[in-house]
Amino acid sequence: MSNPALLLLQDVLEEPKLIDWEWLRENFWEDIVPAFQGHIFLSFISVAVALLIALPIGILSARYRKVYPPVTFVTGILYSIPSLALFAILISIPAVGLGPTPVIIALVAYSLLILIRNTVAGLDSVPPETIDAARGMGLTNRQILFRVELPLALPIIVAGVRIATVTIIGIATIGAYISGGGLGALIFDGINRQFPTMIIAGAVLATAMAIIADLLLLGLERYLRPWARARKA
Amino acid sequence: MISDILGVFARPEFPTLLRQHIVLSVVALLIAIVIALPVALLIRNTRVGAAIAINIGNVGRAVPSLAILALLLPFLGIGFWTALVALAVLAIPPILINASTGLREVDKGIIDAARGMGLSGSQILARIQLPIAAPVIFAGIKTSAVQTVASATLATFIGGGGLGDLIVLGLQRRGPEILLAGAFSVAVLAIITEVGFGFLESAFTPKGLKIAQKRRGK
Repeated sequence: MSNPALLLLQDVLEEPKLIDWEWLRENFWEDIVPAFQGHIFLSFISVAVALLIALPIGILSARYRKVYPPVTFVTGILYSIPSLALFAILISIPAVGLGPTPVIIALVAYSLLILIRNTVAGLDSVPPETIDAARGMGLTNRQILFRVELPLALPIIVAGVRIATVTIIGIATIGAYISGGGLGALIFDGINRQFPTMIIAGAVLATAMAIIADLLLLGLERYLRPWARARKA
Repeated sequence: MISDILGVFARPEFPTLLRQHIVLSVVALLIAIVIALPVALLIRNTRVGAAIAINIGNVGRAVPSLAILALLLPFLGIGFWTALVALAVLAIPPILINASTGLREVDKGIIDAARGMGLSGSQILARIQLPIAAPVIFAGIKTSAVQTVASATLATFIGGGGLGDLIVLGLQRRGPEILLAGAFSVAVLAIITEVGFGFLESAFTPKGLKIAQKRRGK
């Protein structure tokens, strides 16, 4: 019985209940709630920082088309680096180290491609006649950007935020491996202790968080498209 | 430092881990294709079926990859096979979503025209729907492939092997050269997959569609 798989199977057989409700009740406030809050914190900060970076770059890329290909190239490469690899590279940088910092940096890096791409697509979707009309009304370039283009681009930008948020909530679980905290900590602890209840709690809550964030942002996206609602009615 | 990293590539374990990583990714992707494509074909003409497939696909995308790997652990135990099953499950949603939307979004007018020319249902599928949907279907396979190569790194957490072993080993032994060798090789493998499938994607786009794309100025 030296095979680890068999040993684990034996453990599962000896412990017939997959979900130990008593453990959940006892550790709810101590383990589960902080992990959940930590996960929301990591995901929210990352999306917020990513938006602060992506919006100006997206606006610039939409204006100056030559900037766009190199921007998508660099962010595309960042996006395709597997998360565990990116975490590993970041923690090797002495100034970064372990903890939430490398996790947030990596999550921001992953969101950039999606957010920039959708910002550009959103600005491109504004009809040129609308911009002409705004110019005819005497609006300056800055006013056109903030009062006409960005509001009209907003639903597509929010669609990008939606995809980025769901992706980030998923990847943030892996961040627990480099001490980033969050729901992944429950999953890794569960794996190490061979305790399915913790694995299931972490996995189910992370999935639920991703689905809820997806639905909330979908609602926001629809709310921001009043013209589409009017057309349907 | 760089020579230390290169030294890791020269170790006898490296080719084994690289092979494990590639085998895990390729087999998982193939299983996902074999499951997702026929399902997309079967449901291509039913609205309810397509809605169900797309919803399952969307929920599937929301489940974190680590969650799927870890959730299978209590049921299937530690090891290569559990990792393979998890990766195959993860690879299905993008292929399923793209294949079913790609097939459904073929212009109804084109299908009517083909029917008017006397083509049967299977001829329409083989000569019209599949070639037109091919680029979209292939984009889904590409997304899955890149994602599978990335998620295969996580196989190490459930004893599935692969290049993730190097990253974990490097962290545990405080060996930055092992850690970075693992990270770089996984990153390069993912980028090669992305670029390689990019070329294949244009190869899978029928000539007629390319002409149309050029005319539209894309």
